[in-house]
Amino acid sequence: MSEKSPKGSYFLGKRLNKFFSGLESAYRFVLKFFKEVWFPPYEFREFIRQCYQIGYNSLPLISLTGFIVGIVFTNQSRPSLTEFGAASWLPALISIAVVRAMGPLVTALIAAGKVGSSIGAEIGSMKVTEQIDAMEVSATNPFKFLVVSRVLASTLMIPVLVMYTDFVALMGSFLSVNKNELVSLSTFFVQVFDALTFLDIISSLLKSLVFGFTIGIVGCYKGYNSTKGTEGVGKAANAAVVMAMFLIFIEELLSLQITNYFRQM
Amino acid sequence: MRDKVVEIRNLTKSFGELDVLMGVDLDLYNGENLAVLGKSGSGKSVLIKIMVGLLSQDEGSCRVLGKEVVDLNAKQLNALRLKIGFSFQASALYDSMTVKENLEFPLVRNVKGVTAPEKKRLVEEVLDGVGLLKTLNQMPSELSGGQRKRIGIARTLILKPEIMLYDEPTAGLDPITCVEINNLINQVNQEYRTSSIIITHDLTCAKTTGDRVAILLDGKFSAQGKFEDVFSLPDERIKSFYDYNFINI
Repeated sequence: MSEKSPKGSYFLGKRLNKFFSGLESAYRFVLKFFKEVWFPPYEFREFIRQCYQIGYNSLPLISLTGFIVGIVFTNQSRPSLTEFGAASWLPALISIAVVRAMGPLVTALIAAGKVGSSIGAEIGSMKVTEQIDAMEVSATNPFKFLVVSRVLASTLMIPVLVMYTDFVALMGSFLSVNKNELVSLSTFFVQVFDALTFLDIISSLLKSLVFGFTIGIVGCYKGYNSTKGTEGVGKAANAAVVMAMFLIFIEELLSLQITNYFRQM
Repeated sequence: MRDKVVEIRNLTKSFGELDVLMGVDLDLYNGENLAVLGKSGSGKSVLIKIMVGLLSQDEGSCRVLGKEVVDLNAKQLNALRLKIGFSFQASALYDSMTVKENLEFPLVRNVKGVTAPEKKRLVEEVLDGVGLLKTLNQMPSELSGGQRKRIGIARTLILKPEIMLYDEPTAGLDPITCVEINNLINQVNQEYRTSSIIITHDLTCAKTTGDRVAILLDGKFSAQGKFEDVFSLPDERIKSFYDYNFINI
């Protein structure tokens, strides 16, 4: 035991060193983003292209997922509410669940998988094939062109996708409620908006902005720092998804605490 | 004596414990083609990356067009980079853009007030110069290795550089395409009046394109001069660099 201990502490020290140097490198990357984002040249065309890629190209997947979430959550909640004679509260329950938590969370997790991995893989492959170096030697700031445009597009488009997911999930829920409780569309949406507060909507949008920023910056960071070779590109894409999902759950927990604080004020 | 466009003195570069360049001295004269020969991993690419500020040296001096690269700020470095064309080993064409967009990329970012017809004319001119005008709207993934190399060279020529740096221009190409690329390097040197450094381990390429060759061995230039002079030196390391007798130029 005593013989193994120095070796163990050596590896522990090495891992801690790797962890903290990774943390420092990520911190510098985020800091660089906030330094670069304010100053020209602004890569407007690339930003629009990324908004299209992240926003429009995610619509089919988001539509399907949001719709299914709405139907499934309604059908799963109905028996419990019916048991207490509170089936008429379904629209209110669904609206609160979807707008406060499920809409942002489901959208962010899907975007982390689809958008985060795509950004990580694209920038990673550009790194290993020297395309980023080629941009640099042609006097273009690759950080601005690749990172700033993608992070801004992701930060802007995720809240838009969240609003869309909320709507689609509520429509899915309406179909179920309409079929089983014979509630009309107008009555359904009156109940939905009655249950929601301004704080619910604002907190949902603000945390979606944070989720969007996280997905973009993590994807870019992992891609930009991918090691040489195709294996590195795969690892960058995978790490972008895993790290973004991990951070999204932590941010969801923090946002819940902050929102509850304001709700109790 | 012609002017020096690149002047390197006592340049050293290490990666961790690995010493790659150990006191390199090199001059490139105006209008000359210099072929730098060396084994894989000998630091040839590192040398030209230091010249464009992609890497920085540990010690020594690297002056390009009279400017010490390491002392330049971002704006000055970009101004210098516009005078240098860099042809990457794997061409480094932007995968998400067409050939036309690849060629326009450095132009629209660095030349202010260029009109659409002027842009079209410049793109077609350089593309025609490398004999690939018909690939204008193709994606890089649709091109062969040789075509990608040519487009990569065309992309650097659009800004009319004073110095061309070629990183392994013939690596991974068939012998016929290698000859075409070698001819293109000479053609660029004559038409655009560039001074060039050709990094290679291909002796045919070095002999065909280089006015002078320099051999990088063990982190230093062990010989510089005319191809025939260098390979007639009684240095076993140079003789064993490749089995010279098998080369039939």
